[in-house]
Amino acid sequence: MKTGFLQIRHSRPVDRNRIPDLSFDEFRKQAMEIVKNKGKVVHFFAYEENKAIRLMAVLRTDHLLHVAGCKAPESYPSMSRECEPFHMFEREIAEQYGIRPEGHPWLRMVRYHPNCQDRPDVFGNDYTKDIPGNYDYYSVQGEEIHEVAVGPVHAGVIEPGHFRFNCIGERVLNLEIQLGYQHRGVENLLQTADPKRLPILAENIAGDTTIGHALCMAQAMEAIAGMETDQGAGIIRTIALELERLANHTGDLGALSGDVAFLPPANYCGRMRGDFLNLSLLICGNRFGKGLVRPGGVRFSIDGEMNKNLINRLGELKNQMINVIDLLLISTPSVRSRFEDCGKVGKTDAEYLGLVGPAGRASGIPYDVRRVFPTEQYGKLNIPEHAEHTGDVYARAKIRADEVIQSIDIILSLLTGPIASKEVPAAVPALQPSAFAVSLNEAWRGEVSHCLLTDADGRILRYKVKDPSFHNWNGLSMALRNTGISDFPLNNKSFNLSYCGFDL
Amino acid sequence: MLKILFNRLEQGYRTNNYPKEKITLFPRYRGLPSIHQDAPDDLARQCAAACPQDAIDADRKVIDMGRCIFCGTCERLSKGKFVSFTGNFEISVSEKKHLITDGTLPSLAEHSKKHFKKLFGRSLQLRQVSAAGCNACEADLNVLATPFFDLARFGINFVASPRHADAIVVTGPISRNMKTALLQTYEATPSPKVVIAVGSCAITGGPFRGSGEVTEGLDTLLPVDLFIPGCPPHPMTNLHALLRFFK
Ligand code: SF4
Ligand code: SF4
Repeated sequence: MKTGFLQIRHSRPVDRNRIPDLSFDEFRKQAMEIVKNKGKVVHFFAYEENKAIRLMAVLRTDHLLHVAGCKAPESYPSMSRECEPFHMFEREIAEQYGIRPEGHPWLRMVRYHPNCQDRPDVFGNDYTKDIPGNYDYYSVQGEEIHEVAVGPVHAGVIEPGHFRFNCIGERVLNLEIQLGYQHRGVENLLQTADPKRLPILAENIAGDTTIGHALCMAQAMEAIAGMETDQGAGIIRTIALELERLANHTGDLGALSGDVAFLPPANYCGRMRGDFLNLSLLICGNRFGKGLVRPGGVRFSIDGEMNKNLINRLGELKNQMINVIDLLLISTPSVRSRFEDCGKVGKTDAEYLGLVGPAGRASGIPYDVRRVFPTEQYGKLNIPEHAEHTGDVYARAKIRADEVIQSIDIILSLLTGPIASKEVPAAVPALQPSAFAVSLNEAWRGEVSHCLLTDADGRILRYKVKDPSFHNWNGLSMALRNTGISDFPLNNKSFNLSYCGFDL
Repeated sequence: MLKILFNRLEQGYRTNNYPKEKITLFPRYRGLPSIHQDAPDDLARQCAAACPQDAIDADRKVIDMGRCIFCGTCERLSKGKFVSFTGNFEISVSEKKHLITDGTLPSLAEHSKKHFKKLFGRSLQLRQVSAAGCNACEADLNVLATPFFDLARFGINFVASPRHADAIVVTGPISRNMKTALLQTYEATPSPKVVIAVGSCAITGGPFRGSGEVTEGLDTLLPVDLFIPGCPPHPMTNLHALLRFFK
């Protein structure tokens, strides 16, 4: 089938002159055709070039990526009605560039900031006001309906966001999630800051996904700079990404246990999460892996003694994790009864919303970037297809628990001895002009992806970041439908989405 | 039930004995920098140019730890001849100017205001406000509640409401969208109150400095009593700061 979109490979350089430049109507038609044939949206964004605004989409079908662009119209018929996963991307474009998707089902601000084009604001906001005010939440009418508003400052030590529940009694009819409080202008900085700051910015998009985002940047830059990394770097990067997954999944399993007041696993997991973070500290001097990945490779090797140390510690933690997971998910009926059937998202809904990562896998969508678009060492690892089918809190916990054990095994299989890698140069590499690259990685929350476009002089024209949370927040709203409001914390933890990764 | 007991035995007792016993972190951890004053000037300038945070003043041979994210670039580039990082995690200060360091820091205990110790030395309730940033600072504050650190044994807790708090602990570069909420939280905290800035973001804007969306330093909005540098500060750095400043 000729789609008009160009087939490309991830983390490979693409000459931008080869990317099809379609009319908007053709662009829309072709994109819709791909998504109707099971295509998914990886990116849809706008950028400015030679004073004109252009749109670009990256879509994926089974093991293939497709890209095309077009000149942006002033407004266009929204694609969200035909393909819901465009929903957030269209709102983002409207906010960033002032281009209106006509007929969008819920055209509201995403992060609350003026567009970069001095165009009239699509949402009619007054940005001299400091707080995202001026927002009409979805409201349900009826005598017995009540609203509950939570945030932006929450009760715990967590990131800010606003949750608006419309309830009848205890039952949630609708949850609306309004974010943007963590907006730091990351994409703008990535396009304007001194290049020496770029790897640092990537690492700090979302601290719990430091490795995921740092890898995406490194791979995109390596592609466009024509750099090769050595095998040692590939192994250490894979280990680091799996350690990140381990620490976060373990922490969330503990938090889920705490949310149903079963304290032993909550404490054990809290401690073991720290132990996994400490393994990153052991490798690179930072608990979150900051400073490890750089374009061109990694900055630290693993010597023989460290290799032994890692094997010993992981072996011990594996046994403890197996036992704690058994305690939490299998042998304690009161926990199971709280997890099962709670916050269900069926496969049809998950497909409709375009969920990714563990949240998608818990609802029967086996997509895993490590298997479908493997980077680093993943092509050699035979990552099995894995999914649960109940779509409830239990399934989301089970997926995470399975991945904990899987990640430990992956790391152990890679620790066969000292792993050496050459020294990475301190400076960020020079980029080829008029090039494009898209990189994808399966971070612990799912598909992280970056797009890098350079201009005719090899400068960064557009740097687009997508955290998996961008796909998944509406999944949490869906899980809460017809669920008791008191089960919100439990569901929220089972997704544990990123506020800063979404807000950028 | 048996499984609960078995797990309990397997997990063992994990709480550390700090500050009674010293703790040593893994060797690659980057704590307080030592800055070698005898290093050649051009090496210092090279490091300053490469520093992603522009935290190095090559003429005075000092590092601004409020800006520094402890990435270690300067140490690598100078092969330890200009900057080398020690394992010392006790790096917090009570005055911002002390963050600009030649590798030495004043003792935090002496500089902490005596009345804070008297007021909050036995019980200290903290309200954390996360204001943009990357969430790693929050994560490493959160772990203080886990068994290894067990902050509660010192009478220090994180509380849900600013009304119950003695201090607010701020992380992140205070985005435009969080400013009002932060100031309201501050207002809602009863006086006398303490303000603590945690992480390079809260102290100077950190990696996000220069973006029009963030604030370059919490001290431009509120009077800050305690600065805990790092990106993020190691939990032991946080623990040390809280104990030395208040106990
Ligand atoms: S460790 Fe600090 S001073 Fe050294 S290069 Fe990194 S940010 Fe700059
Ligand atoms: S100081 Fe560093 S770790 Fe802390 S929030 Fe900022 S970027 Fe994240």
